[in-house]
Amino acid sequence: MTDSPNTGALLRATDLVKTYVLGDNIVNALNGVSIAIEQGEMVAIRGPSGSGKSTLMNILGCLDRPTSGTYVLAGDDVSRMSDNALAEARNKKIGFVFQTFNLLPRMNALENVELPLLYGGALNAKKKSLEALERVGLGERCHHLPNQLSGGQRQRVAIARAIVTDPAIVLADEPTGALDTKTGEEILNLFKKLNDENSTIIIVTHDLKVAEHCQREIYIRDGKVVPSEVRNLSQVAEGV
Amino acid sequence: MLFWITLRSAIKSLWANKLRSFLAMLGIIIGVGAVIAMIAMGAGAQKQVVSQIEAMGTNLLIVQPQYKRDAGVTSGTMQKLTLDDAMAIAQLPGVKEVAPVVSSSTQVKYEGQNSPESIQGTSPDYLEIRNFEIDKGRMFTEEEADGLARVAVMGPLAVENLFNGQDPLGKEIKIKGINFTVVGVTKSKGGQGWFNPDDEIFVPYSTAMKILFGLDYVKEIDVLAKEGVNLTTLSGQPPGQGYGPPRDFNPDEQQPPPPPDSVTALLRKRHRIQTDQIDDFRIQNQDDIIATRTAFIWTFRVLLFSIASISLLVGGIGIMNIMLVTVTERTREIGTRKAIGAKNRDILTQFLIEAMAMSGLGGALGAAAGIGLAKIIPMIPMFSTFMTIVQPTVVIVSILFAAVVGIFFGLYPAYRASQLDPIDALRYE
Repeated sequence: MTDSPNTGALLRATDLVKTYVLGDNIVNALNGVSIAIEQGEMVAIRGPSGSGKSTLMNILGCLDRPTSGTYVLAGDDVSRMSDNALAEARNKKIGFVFQTFNLLPRMNALENVELPLLYGGALNAKKKSLEALERVGLGERCHHLPNQLSGGQRQRVAIARAIVTDPAIVLADEPTGALDTKTGEEILNLFKKLNDENSTIIIVTHDLKVAEHCQREIYIRDGKVVPSEVRNLSQVAEGV
Repeated sequence: MLFWITLRSAIKSLWANKLRSFLAMLGIIIGVGAVIAMIAMGAGAQKQVVSQIEAMGTNLLIVQPQYKRDAGVTSGTMQKLTLDDAMAIAQLPGVKEVAPVVSSSTQVKYEGQNSPESIQGTSPDYLEIRNFEIDKGRMFTEEEADGLARVAVMGPLAVENLFNGQDPLGKEIKIKGINFTVVGVTKSKGGQGWFNPDDEIFVPYSTAMKILFGLDYVKEIDVLAKEGVNLTTLSGQPPGQGYGPPRDFNPDEQQPPPPPDSVTALLRKRHRIQTDQIDDFRIQNQDDIIATRTAFIWTFRVLLFSIASISLLVGGIGIMNIMLVTVTERTREIGTRKAIGAKNRDILTQFLIEAMAMSGLGGALGAAAGIGLAKIIPMIPMFSTFMTIVQPTVVIVSILFAAVVGIFFGLYPAYRASQLDPIDALRYE
């Protein structure tokens, strides 16, 4: 499926190209990717390793800039922003969830959740953080250090940290990759619950089972979006 | 708010790596400890010098016979200073009072008690010249000083040594087997390190010269200048050397003559010294003594300060090293912080705060060590004459300076951290 250019999309990337120079080789990690995601969607970005999905995620997450193409997030063109402006965009518009949780080991759950608010200079950081921890079901464990929590609980803290700033998108990179199946299921259900509460969620994964929890999937291969019909045929051909 | 959380997590991470943090701080601890202990010793020495000089008397010139130099070896003293020299000096316009002094250490007895004391044969003016005051009784008179009177004025320590708490006034003590009547006791001046003015006995110079020691010359002439008189001009002798030609005498390079009405001009004339001969006396000028001592203390301070600075420099490099390691270890943390919205300057600040916390804590520990050292040094028998003064401002400035060292040496590691690319940092294993 190609994304029709709907007006008013929350996130719109057009003709994204990302080129790396590795020694004498020029690598096209992204080769003209156009996607649009609406407010309130829960979308999976899936692809095999080396497909360019990580590069796409980095650009969508404002960690990187495309070589060419435009990327408009919540009304702002972030494809040509300065480092500082990108940091600001990450802080205000994006909530990251990582495969390995990436909590700061010497801060307790509450302090970890508060951190983006402190960087953003937000008011009532403590109250908002407690609310976010309540939403992920960890309200009573807010004074535990990460190493006193289970993997699933850590990921919940990380999700609370992602949603505490009320971002335009929550961007999760293999959020269940370091968890067992049951806990992974719980985390995906938490994402669904948050999506029902109107959060826009993008999950980057290579795992079809994870992608199946989402309403829609964007499949990337060789730096391009593969339309769903084509992909089905090729998967049939590959015997998947 | 962010600052406090950063500071708290910085201290937590220092605590998590206790040994490593301590070793990294060691240079700062030693540096600051050294600075505080050294400055305390310098301040103590300065104070001792000031009180010594006050005790010795101000506006003072001390004229003594010159050392004999035979082929560069000092052997005894040259021509003798006489009572007539002292009387002539007293006539100079800049001079207020003059006291001839003959001195020697000898056993003194009172009944069963026996004690070695320093005997000063002098005139009554000596008390004013050397800042002594009478505590009990009186000083001997000019007539007694001239007239071979057998009277003595004792320092309080000498009294203690001989009298065991009895009143010494009117008692007879035996100096070299000769009876002296005690007529007065001086007030205590306190110990001065290598000599104690309280352990002296003053007797008339005439008695000391003719009866006790059999001398026809004096050991020194103490000269008190009038208020406002320049001591160097009154002395006429350049500091640190006798007046006269230098040893490799060159007749074309003669010094200007000593100022008229100076002690040097007078004594050269009285001793019939030719222009190509050097002085047979030397004059200690109290301004010179102060200048020399102060210069010595400054040299001492500068030396110690440079040691301390080198230590702080090394300490700073130690902190820089550890901060570089820390930045590498925490690359993923930096990536995470950047992903959730930390700007480069937030990361820079964070690591600067950590470096500052480390060096500031090191500074505080060093201050404690330095204060402890300053208290302990005077208790060591070898350094019992030392005095230390710990000034609070020095302590505060030292700790702040240590923190500044931390910021300076933390700057490069913090800059490196702030410039990390978030994608690479997140991917770092």
